[in-house]
Amino acid sequence: MARIPLVRLAHARSGDKGDTANVGVIAYDAAHFDLLRQALTAEAVKAHFGSMVKGPVERFELPNLHAINFLLHGALDGGGTQSLMNDAQGKVFSTGLLRMEIDVPDDVAATLPDRGFAPSDWDPASYGG
Amino acid sequence: MADKDTIRIASGQGFWGDDLEAPVRQVRGGPIDYLVMDYLAEVTMSIMQKQRARDPNAGYARDFVPLMERIFPDIVEKGVRVVTNAGGVNPEGCAQALLGAGRAAGVMGKAAVGRVEGDDILARLPKLIEEGHALANMETGEPLESILDEVQSANVYIGAEPIVEALRKGADVIVTGRSTDTALTYGPMIHEFGWSLDDHDRIAAGVVAGHINECGAQSTGGNCLIDWWTMPGMAEPGFPIVEANRDGTFVVTKHDGTGGRVSRATVTEQIVYEMGDPREYITPDVVADFTTIRLDDLGNDRVKVHGITGGPRTDFLKVSIAYSDGWKATGTLTYAWPDAAAKARAAGVLIRERLDRLGLEFDAVRIELVGWDSTHGPLVGEPPADLPEVQLRVGVRGKNRDHVERFTREIAPLVLTGPPSVTGFAGGRPRAQEIMAYWPALIRREAVEPFLSVTVTEV
Repeated sequence: MARIPLVRLAHARSGDKGDTANVGVIAYDAAHFDLLRQALTAEAVKAHFGSMVKGPVERFELPNLHAINFLLHGALDGGGTQSLMNDAQGKVFSTGLLRMEIDVPDDVAATLPDRGFAPSDWDPASYGG
Repeated sequence: MADKDTIRIASGQGFWGDDLEAPVRQVRGGPIDYLVMDYLAEVTMSIMQKQRARDPNAGYARDFVPLMERIFPDIVEKGVRVVTNAGGVNPEGCAQALLGAGRAAGVMGKAAVGRVEGDDILARLPKLIEEGHALANMETGEPLESILDEVQSANVYIGAEPIVEALRKGADVIVTGRSTDTALTYGPMIHEFGWSLDDHDRIAAGVVAGHINECGAQSTGGNCLIDWWTMPGMAEPGFPIVEANRDGTFVVTKHDGTGGRVSRATVTEQIVYEMGDPREYITPDVVADFTTIRLDDLGNDRVKVHGITGGPRTDFLKVSIAYSDGWKATGTLTYAWPDAAAKARAAGVLIRERLDRLGLEFDAVRIELVGWDSTHGPLVGEPPADLPEVQLRVGVRGKNRDHVERFTREIAPLVLTGPPSVTGFAGGRPRAQEIMAYWPALIRREAVEPFLSVTVTEV
């Protein structure tokens, strides 16, 4: 087994409903969805976020989209206009979850491309055109 | 109507403040049948209610009127119909302004403006409570009576029926109050295809289409994580267009030659955005099952969406209530190398100590380091001593406005009375803001639906 950050297997988007942040995690490759299912239990996600999530974590699978949706309750300091957080709408809990490290078989890890980061020779001036 | 088998429904705004040019590009950049624009969020209604209290003609998304003045001739010429919840807490005021914009744009006698009213129950709250509607907070169970004096706005999320009625009555532009974001998209489908509200699967498909449309470019490459640096043409991203079919299937696409991308990945990211329990996506007209969604990436910026099922609507409508709940303020200062993070944290300790000694009381004091932990918190570990710089962000929240105001004077003094190598205070004192808290509640349909009305007026 190899330990890799989730960002190499999945992309994600997050948002808010009141004091709850949601994170939808999507496998890049449908063949890896089972690995996500096994690694991303509600307990494991709750443990990953630690003190950032005060309430329970709920988990819902969307197999057709090879995605899992997590509801992180009590994550936004009250949410809405109450919250004092920079990320009051939970917009970047998505990549916060992708920091999580999970175990995958060595042969899977060997085939995964680097993800999340632009190539080192990429020039931001080329963006937008 | 009911003669087309496919209609093109274009999204023009993802929120109040979105790209002002996007709706113009949607109308002029290729064929569409409908332009739909979502302007409302939970907090927006209370802001609009305050604007209306100062000026009885205000209380709607003002940006929408000059936009329509620009595109009125285009939509008349092309037969495009516009559906939006820009009416906010004053659909009538918005409609009046729109009629003026239509005259200024020279479309007299060629277009009609429809407005949907009755979602605003602020004035009826005491009577509703008296009649036994507790409007209890869905999260805490508390009855609304406990905070009734602090309520600033109360709007019921309404579905597609009044939109369909306005379309049937010939409105070319329809402004509503708190229609759901998704109804703006599936209302036109019901109208064009003659779907019954009992056809749960098709209505649910329309809801999914609406969810994909409602955040603008967030489904066409904006904010998309997958190989983000490869996203083309983002100076002018194409906004989503739903090509809806009579059978309830649809294709998500965008105009040819625009920036961004429509792929399985970009659409999936939007589908999971702000998602709750995907098996029960509750709307006023149907409960959609998002786990049934199937996507086929057809290539060339086209994704087919199909397989969606839904179940019957509930007996309740959701109410969005905003109430005053104290004050808050946030101040920032920037600390530089060496020991940037340690200095910022020491300044945070100082400010807490000073607030205590002043006897100020707050419900919460929060200290974050922007550039280190303000987004991913403890997940990032401890900052290195040679971090080049970091921004200290201190926020307070409390019921006492004077205490919050006093806090706003405690940031600048740190420049001369605290840790060294500090700058970034040129923005001046932070501003105390009133907190508008959100109170989600349910109400029985029959307490609202008889009050909904549709009015159509020729320009």
